[in-house]
Amino acid sequence: MSIVDVRTPDPKRFIPGATGDWEVIIGMEVHAQVLSNSKLFSSASTEFGSEPNANVSLVDAAMPGMLPVINEECVKQAVRTGLGLKAKINNRSIFDRKNYFYPDLPQGYQISQYKDPIVGEGKIIISVGPDRQGQFEDVEIGIERLHLEQDAGKSMHDQHPAMSYVDLNRSGVALMEIVSKPDLRSSDEAKAYLTKLRSILRYLGTCDGNMDEGSMRADVNVSVRRPGEAFGTRCEIKNVNSIRFVGQSIEYEARRQIAILEDGGAIDQETRLFDANKGETRSMRSKEEAHDYRYFPDPDLLPLEFDDAFVEALKADLPELPDDKKERFVRDLGLSVYDASVLVSEKAIADYFEAVAEGRDGKAAANWVINDLLGALNKAGKTIEETPVSPAQLGGIIDLIKDGTISGKLAKDVFEILWNEGGDPAEIVESRGMKQVTDTGAIEKAVDEIIAANPDQVEKAKAKPSLAGWFVGQVMKATGGKANPQAVQALVKSKLGIEE
Amino acid sequence: MTDLTSLTIAEARAKLSAKEITAVELTDAYLGAIEAANETINAYVAVTPEKAREMAKASDARIAAGNAAALEGIPLGIKDLFGTEGIHTQACSHILDGFEPRYESTVTQNLWNDGAVMLGKLNMDEFAMGSSNETSYYGPVKNPWRAKGSNLDLVPGGSSGGSAAAVAARLCAGATATDTGGSIRQPAAFTGTVGIKPTYGRCSRWGVVAFASSLDQAGPIARDVRDAAILLKSMASIDPKDTTSVDLPVPDYEAAIGQSIKGMRIGIPKEYRVDGMPEDIEALWQQGIAWLRDAGAEIVDISLPHTKYALPAYYIVAPAEASSNLARYDGVRYGLRVDGKDIIDMYEKTRAAGFGQEVKRRIMIGTYVLSAGYYDAYYLRAQKVRTLIKRDFELAFQAGVDAILTPATPSSAFGIADEDLASDPVKMYLNDIFTVTVNMAGLPGIAVPGGLDRKGLPLGLQLIGKPFEEETLFKTAHVIEQAAGRFTASKWW
Repeated sequence: MSIVDVRTPDPKRFIPGATGDWEVIIGMEVHAQVLSNSKLFSSASTEFGSEPNANVSLVDAAMPGMLPVINEECVKQAVRTGLGLKAKINNRSIFDRKNYFYPDLPQGYQISQYKDPIVGEGKIIISVGPDRQGQFEDVEIGIERLHLEQDAGKSMHDQHPAMSYVDLNRSGVALMEIVSKPDLRSSDEAKAYLTKLRSILRYLGTCDGNMDEGSMRADVNVSVRRPGEAFGTRCEIKNVNSIRFVGQSIEYEARRQIAILEDGGAIDQETRLFDANKGETRSMRSKEEAHDYRYFPDPDLLPLEFDDAFVEALKADLPELPDDKKERFVRDLGLSVYDASVLVSEKAIADYFEAVAEGRDGKAAANWVINDLLGALNKAGKTIEETPVSPAQLGGIIDLIKDGTISGKLAKDVFEILWNEGGDPAEIVESRGMKQVTDTGAIEKAVDEIIAANPDQVEKAKAKPSLAGWFVGQVMKATGGKANPQAVQALVKSKLGIEE
Repeated sequence: MTDLTSLTIAEARAKLSAKEITAVELTDAYLGAIEAANETINAYVAVTPEKAREMAKASDARIAAGNAAALEGIPLGIKDLFGTEGIHTQACSHILDGFEPRYESTVTQNLWNDGAVMLGKLNMDEFAMGSSNETSYYGPVKNPWRAKGSNLDLVPGGSSGGSAAAVAARLCAGATATDTGGSIRQPAAFTGTVGIKPTYGRCSRWGVVAFASSLDQAGPIARDVRDAAILLKSMASIDPKDTTSVDLPVPDYEAAIGQSIKGMRIGIPKEYRVDGMPEDIEALWQQGIAWLRDAGAEIVDISLPHTKYALPAYYIVAPAEASSNLARYDGVRYGLRVDGKDIIDMYEKTRAAGFGQEVKRRIMIGTYVLSAGYYDAYYLRAQKVRTLIKRDFELAFQAGVDAILTPATPSSAFGIADEDLASDPVKMYLNDIFTVTVNMAGLPGIAVPGGLDRKGLPLGLQLIGKPFEEETLFKTAHVIEQAAGRFTASKWW
């Protein structure tokens, strides 16, 4: 396979070394667990967190004479994912056996796809930034292929002094291995790639993307070179299980390789492990120690074939993906590109936003979700799934502002009450007397009092009309924020004799 | 009263349904015969008398109630390769010591569903790798046939040697067997019995210990052609648990017996006339040709030009698949475990002790041909050869040939522990020279006795058919059987 370099070296991404600049080249192989009720070739459950060996069929335990039967739902999920990656779907693909011995691999081989994967080339647009000017940069990252394969079981070495235990619950669970082209040029790009890929999988509902449960793991291939030169020798960092660690491992590995090269050494092609505690990578096995997997087509399985109609039907049912959603938010709801990007970054946030925006002003909904809700979640260290304020509650606040019941300022207080105590926004406003004062008589009285008490300011404001705002502020303060700000503004201006 | 074990399945079926005999009587007759003979013949590695009597009793009840199924009360022997729930299933290998599955293979389940009675598990070459039944962990099986005036023990062929010997020695009414390169047809030929390897995909492989998945196929060994047809009808099925099983209805094979072969075109492939082939084999072949011509078939010379590459290609494809299929026998979950200082040491000790010489040889060959740098030269080329062999047959069939007649084996049964064969495994592999092509092409093939050689040992003829045209084979084999007669070993055991 010849690898094409599609990127132009960009000094912004260079890593300065002692002897000049370096460029890091990254390619990723992401293992994403297919969301399905049963395993790739057996009817055993895929439920996470079951008792060890509770979800093991005769096939998963590789009993003599057992045969794999493909799970059609897993095939559909792989095709959906391929479509989401704008990739070529291969109507004919082949399952191969990858042979090696390991106690958590009962068959002595993993059923995978080698030469003929179910999905071919595709692409992902990642957004890197913001830079110092607050700008985002879109970069297209090539997808080499996606194939289906079985997961292995789990060896447990801490259960018995002399023996290892094996849990086969994961054995045979369907994975999609999604291989990128070596198009990534910084740890930030790698993190953005993984984030975007996870987001696409979640939108599609083909993988839950929960890296802490092992539903998604990344093998990261890293090499360095002088900008513009040929690709260097790569090392593969295995099984990195968080986006943050992907970034850290690349930073460490790139600098390790640069140090060796600057000392006149050479990089050994090898497999490495990332030690999250120490923040470093260390050698796992060299190229010479690499397995000879003896791939060959699995004779128990016929080639996997489906027609265009099968793909078209899946395409027709595909959910809206983040890039399309972003475009729609900008186009139809009038959101800024930045706001739209934030809202679509995670499917759960987009879902939340759309629930709030339903039948309401999109911009107002976006502001509340981004500034208030996400701000509060971020501060509290909570995810969108853990939000104490539901879309209906937040929508209720926006409605109360719109119909003039509360001011924008008091609405923030209502949000805070909902966050801490819950409840119904309208009831809270009612019971706590937070209703906006629209009675012009009461407001007028307050305006008159402030004007009377501050003759100096009145003089200044007459010369400089923008100072009217000070009066508005004072009136709001005097009315406990309940006065209608528009009404106050109008009254202040008219009393001060300032033209609208 | 006649010895019940001399009845064919069809005869026993008639007597059972006429209530002249009971299934329990029939089963007891076989259990008695096994008890008396098995120490000598060694056809069974596990006998299940309680289960057999219990099943026979149930059959009698169903017969009494008028609910008899197709094989009601027929006592069968089951090759040790078939998974049988709660019963010895060890592929006659040390590495599966003590293994009793919690599942029943589709083929045997089909037989039990049709009322058959299980007598026990039959000896075989370890993991079905062998042509003499001498690689079995449970020792060789003795062929019920001996050469005239000789006391020399002969092999029953392999790998289904236990199945063939049990049928020939009347230790079961019929037996299940499997055929990867000739393992049904060669032992059938060596024992004067009838064995059919159906089209690949006709019988489910689910629950059958795998040797070479793309070649393995179950089939019956029986006393005569009709019995083979009766058994295959029950064994065959469509099975969603085996994706290589084929979605075609199973015909009533027995109905083909007795049909005319007038006007059928029988191909005689010139490539099957090999150097050094004994005169007896050549004479047998000519005799077969004459019988079919006499019955109204048209004999045509055909060419299957890639035949000579079949055996070498087979000994790449089959070991390659086997090396992977046998990787699961690692001492971790079931069967034999020999402890070691670490996991690798445990694997090595277990597999060194658990596998016999021939199995190890094939694992080594298979591992080698799949290795990086050798895959293209061996495995990939062998697969290409396979395609060409398949094409040879397709062209012959397209040209109007209905079936192909060949000898089943290049010789009659040879001696146990034959020094010439023991010293050179390739000589042993040559036993499969007429049969492997059929597996490589996935076609059906039947071996039917054609006569005795000058030593008085049975010889078999092979008929090869189009995919899923087993009926053609049954009716043609029946013509041969009618002309040649049936052959029964004289009892010496």
